[in-house]
Amino acid sequence: MSEAETKAASPQEEARDERIREVSPLRKALIRPELGSICGVILVFIFFFLIANDSGMFSPEGIQNWTVVSAQFAIIAVGACLLMIAGEFDLSVGSMIGFSGIIIALVSMVMGYPMWLAIIVAFIIAMSIGWLNGYLVIKTGLPSFIVTLAFLYILRGMTIFLARISTNKTIIGGVRDAGEGDWLAAVFGGKILTGFFSWLGEIGVIDTFVAGNRAGQPVVDGVPMLVVWAIGLIIFGHVLLTRTRFGNWIFASGGDAQAARYSGVPVNRVKIMMFMFTAFCATVFATCQVIEFGSAAADRGVLKEFEAIISVVIGGALLTGGYGSVIGAALGALIFGVVQQGLFFAGVESSLFRVFLGVLLLLAVILNTYIRRSITGER
Amino acid sequence: MSTPLIELKNIEKHFGSVIALNGVSVSVMPGECHCLLGDNGAGKSTFIKTMAGVHQPSRGEIFMDGKKVVFNTARDAIEAGIATVYQDLAMIPLMSVTRNFWMGREPLKRVGPMNFIDFDKANTVTMEEMARMGIRLREPNQAVGTLSGGERQTVAIARSVYFGAKVLILDEPTSALGVRQTSNVLATIDKVRKNGIGVVFISHNVRHAMAVGDRFTVLNRGQTLGTATRGEIEAEELQEMMAGGQELAELEGSLGGTV
Repeated sequence: MSEAETKAASPQEEARDERIREVSPLRKALIRPELGSICGVILVFIFFFLIANDSGMFSPEGIQNWTVVSAQFAIIAVGACLLMIAGEFDLSVGSMIGFSGIIIALVSMVMGYPMWLAIIVAFIIAMSIGWLNGYLVIKTGLPSFIVTLAFLYILRGMTIFLARISTNKTIIGGVRDAGEGDWLAAVFGGKILTGFFSWLGEIGVIDTFVAGNRAGQPVVDGVPMLVVWAIGLIIFGHVLLTRTRFGNWIFASGGDAQAARYSGVPVNRVKIMMFMFTAFCATVFATCQVIEFGSAAADRGVLKEFEAIISVVIGGALLTGGYGSVIGAALGALIFGVVQQGLFFAGVESSLFRVFLGVLLLLAVILNTYIRRSITGER
Repeated sequence: MSTPLIELKNIEKHFGSVIALNGVSVSVMPGECHCLLGDNGAGKSTFIKTMAGVHQPSRGEIFMDGKKVVFNTARDAIEAGIATVYQDLAMIPLMSVTRNFWMGREPLKRVGPMNFIDFDKANTVTMEEMARMGIRLREPNQAVGTLSGGERQTVAIARSVYFGAKVLILDEPTSALGVRQTSNVLATIDKVRKNGIGVVFISHNVRHAMAVGDRFTVLNRGQTLGTATRGEIEAEELQEMMAGGQELAELEGSLGGTV
């Protein structure tokens, strides 16, 4: 018997298996879900700093521009991320955005109710549909891919139908005036820290308008509520997922629903609540957009469901569930926003954006597969 | 003789027109390892799932410490002190050992208006309990996927014991394991039993059952074929009862009794 075998057979040594190598800190860092997206963010910033720095992309206005776009992606990515970790998809997010927007416009403009009521009604209806999505997935046992694909069409069709029969148009305008002075509309459409930004303008950190009716005001006059919502949802999602009991249940439900059930985790409730949360995020997106644009259109949010899923996957989540990170998804959304606007600033043909996305998605999935193998030790 | 920890009387379970269990009675005493033997399709899984509250019996009664109980959900059974370790569903490989250990019963720490998981406590207890079962973890954040099959079973058993299980149901814990891992798991069962916990050990491997079992119940086609005490029965007899008689006897001859 060789030296090594004798060692392995003695009881004290048995606990420490000589076949398991010590794991280096580098490898430990490599299997964090956020790794890919952190590298991506650094690369993307270096890239655009080199090719688009003189285009104003990193001026206060430019920063506001891509921050807002990234924040839009982030809002829906947080919902999609938690849902994907819980083991499900929602392909109806994009249609839900259009649908919620039209509901707000219909209730406020066509039916004449106050804006705050319209927003609350939209949230209630959207979250009920989210509940229905979840309920159908749980009860039928069908893949969420199919159930929510059905809702992608149902909701888009209903959105156009409702807009057409009530107003004969697919765009309903005038929402901004209706929301003027409304307390709840301000929560979605206002800006905060405006005093701070005026002061920045006064001391010359930010340029001010020299002419026109806004002369003297800073070009960036505050942090849009959209960005505040995005940051709030990211923090909420991250803390919920990593620090709370419910977060552990989200991981468990997506990791292995049956094992989770046997341990007493209410898997069905977790999944249904995540569908409702995804609908909530879509409605936050829709409300911000409607208040900002001052109109609701039936074609809003097309393809958003896929952009949310791509952000989440770039952020390191596994499509099969049970693994992922909200911070990663938020960084994925940042990459998205910076690239989309960066190509515009750099004057590059914007159709290349989609090519880039496809390539990025592919790389992210390959990296994630490698990470999963490292964690589970499978080949 | 003391009262059984759990006693199931004449349990019947029907799935539509299929009768999965047709009057099964089993009792488990404190500190006893009760082996439930049976071939595939004998109703072992259905029976333990009934005991664990996953299925509700169509007929029959369950008593714990002499009192009648009804389990509507798996959670009811867990709260009553019945813990189940399923063969391949015990753990979630992508999650850390700590997260798995505490799954469904996370320790909470109040910070302001919100409850968070108390990770300090969770990690410390996990490391301690694993060490007690003879497994040294690299770190509590290690994913369960990096552990071997036997170690995963041990995590699951340690978890059940820590959470005060009175009855521990082990569903074929050794069927997918190698020789050394099997002996580790059997040794763990022995440790658990000495703490006064009743163990229900499901297997179709008579040798593993004979190694730790105090009593043996054989199931066949949804019915109890009888219960025997250690020393009263030979491995060959159990083997024959499981297979339902003669066919296997002939087979065994040609294989030299090594089935």
